Amino acid sequence: MDLQAMLACFASASCLVTQTTGGLISGMLLFLVAAGLSLIFGTLKVINFMHGSLYMLGAYFAFTIYNVTGSYALAVLGAALGVGLFGLVFERLFMSRVYGTDVLMQLLVCYSFILILDDAVKIIWGAEFRSMGMPAAFQRPPIMVAGGVLPVFYLFLIGITVLVALVLGFLITRTRIGKIVRAAAVNPTMASALGINTTMVYAGVFALGSLLAGLAGALAVPVRSLVAGMGFSILIESFIVTVIGGMGSVAGALVGALLIGLVRSFGSIGFPLFTEGIMFLFMTLILITKPTGLFGKEL
Amino acid sequence: MRKPSIGRDALVAVALLALLAALPMIFPAKSFADFVMRASAFAIFATSLNLLVGYAGMVSFGHGLFFGLGAYSFALLMQKLGTSIPVAFALTVFINALVAAIIGAICVPLKEIYFSFLTLAFQMLLYSLIIAWTAITGGDQGLTGGVPRPPFLGVHLDDPHHLYLFCCTTLVVSLFLMWHLVQSPFGYTLRMIRDNPRRASFLGIQVWRIRVLAFIVAGVFGGIGGVLISLFVSSAYPDFAYWTVSGEAVFMIMLGGVSVFFGPLVGAALLLLLNDLITRVTEHYSLVLGVVILVFALGLRKGLVGFVMQAWRKYAPAAPGPGKNPGTQGRH
Repeated sequence: MDLQAMLACFASASCLVTQTTGGLISGMLLFLVAAGLSLIFGTLKVINFMHGSLYMLGAYFAFTIYNVTGSYALAVLGAALGVGLFGLVFERLFMSRVYGTDVLMQLLVCYSFILILDDAVKIIWGAEFRSMGMPAAFQRPPIMVAGGVLPVFYLFLIGITVLVALVLGFLITRTRIGKIVRAAAVNPTMASALGINTTMVYAGVFALGSLLAGLAGALAVPVRSLVAGMGFSILIESFIVTVIGGMGSVAGALVGALLIGLVRSFGSIGFPLFTEGIMFLFMTLILITKPTGLFGKEL
Repeated sequence: MRKPSIGRDALVAVALLALLAALPMIFPAKSFADFVMRASAFAIFATSLNLLVGYAGMVSFGHGLFFGLGAYSFALLMQKLGTSIPVAFALTVFINALVAAIIGAICVPLKEIYFSFLTLAFQMLLYSLIIAWTAITGGDQGLTGGVPRPPFLGVHLDDPHHLYLFCCTTLVVSLFLMWHLVQSPFGYTLRMIRDNPRRASFLGIQVWRIRVLAFIVAGVFGGIGGVLISLFVSSAYPDFAYWTVSGEAVFMIMLGGVSVFFGPLVGAALLLLLNDLITRVTEHYSLVLGVVILVFALGLRKGLVGFVMQAWRKYAPAAPGPGKNPGTQGRH
């Protein structure tokens, strides 16, 4: 424990800027994953335990596309769409068979895919850590704010994620598609009686959630290293985010993810060994004071 | 309903123990004894998870926490404090009960999937603690230096044969205790809460308290499984607290069947056999295991023992099991 270091950081503008931006980008990546998880749960009422593996797939897809084509834009696009498609196929072929059954069966199906994908990644890309490095377009000197470092890529990442959050929020609350999704979430039987193809809604939402996870993976590649099994820690953090923010709420996922990102970033200075513990403490506090999560309606 | 009889069950337990003790004479290979010891650790662990999942309807995804906690508490007590085995065993039980009480009190009020989430999250907290706290736990290398096994009451656990008997005895005693627990009024209260928590609370049962109690009992027995494994490998590894342990336990109880008390025992033995088989054939262990689990989850849903029992029940009168509708908490 190093409280002094943490206080010193709070007192210094440069450290404050560096830690805040660092926290913001982890928070943003976390948001993309958690939003997909939350969206899928809110609509389909199933927990996609392999959501972290989709994030991992996105990262490896982007890694390969970038190495082949040299274009990061293409890599991000390709990874997001590729993982979206993978999610769609997974939902149609496997997940849809266990809707409405025991939650343990859903867990087992996801568990089997986590195992299969981790091993597949090891076979295709190797078991060792991989890293791509910063794409050429972002290899420029970082912006200095009050003595703190702010890499250009961070701005790009934050910008894209904010855009995604806005589009997602708009899509769900303001459009006809969003209305259909919400109807299918609240009362699927009634929705299908009114002529809504709930099977298609489910498949679409699952694909969208997977796409978000793939996007997060692709955006994480320049700032994280790649390894089989990298998806699991972000899965756990996404759980915590959805518990804090309230399940099924996109706004909750955003606030929860940013909180967790910042708590992690500053916690790593003050309590380097116990960063995860801080997150849990934080979550427990919120659960005790507001058991439904910050934005959750009903538990 | 059959009347539970302690005397008869104790007789069965003693007979079972005698059978287990005699087995090495028929199968003298060391690998056989090793298998039984590992299987007893995982069988206790899986059965304790089924107390929650099958009987109480509390679907915990983080039960591996107690397996890891039991293994580490016991190994550390033996290694760092040099206590005797019975003392370390008792202290480990106490530590597991305490941690289960705290985590249970936080998790139990949450419903269904939130409960599953949080238990898993707490397990990963223990895992990251073990990894980070290198000075005590040895970090990702696991505990080095071995777990001392001093003799007590004429039992020398350094002797493989004594260790074998110790594991079998612990297995039989643990299963006996859990069996009696699920036949007791407490066990039936659990089933009632699983099927209709609101009705139970109208009848004056403090649902929250009973659930926390179930969580504590399961945590204690899960920890005893951890003690056995740390005695067997003479160490403790972070893998014991990793989420895959919980995943495997869930697969074990699903493989054997949640609706039968001895399902998890069979499931544990089957999964360990499967493990040995797969590692012998291929290096892509998780790939093959994943495919097996997938086929199982999409095909054979009742579990093997459940499948056999169903056929059996057609000809025999109903035996007290957890009954139908396992693994789902009542709707609220």
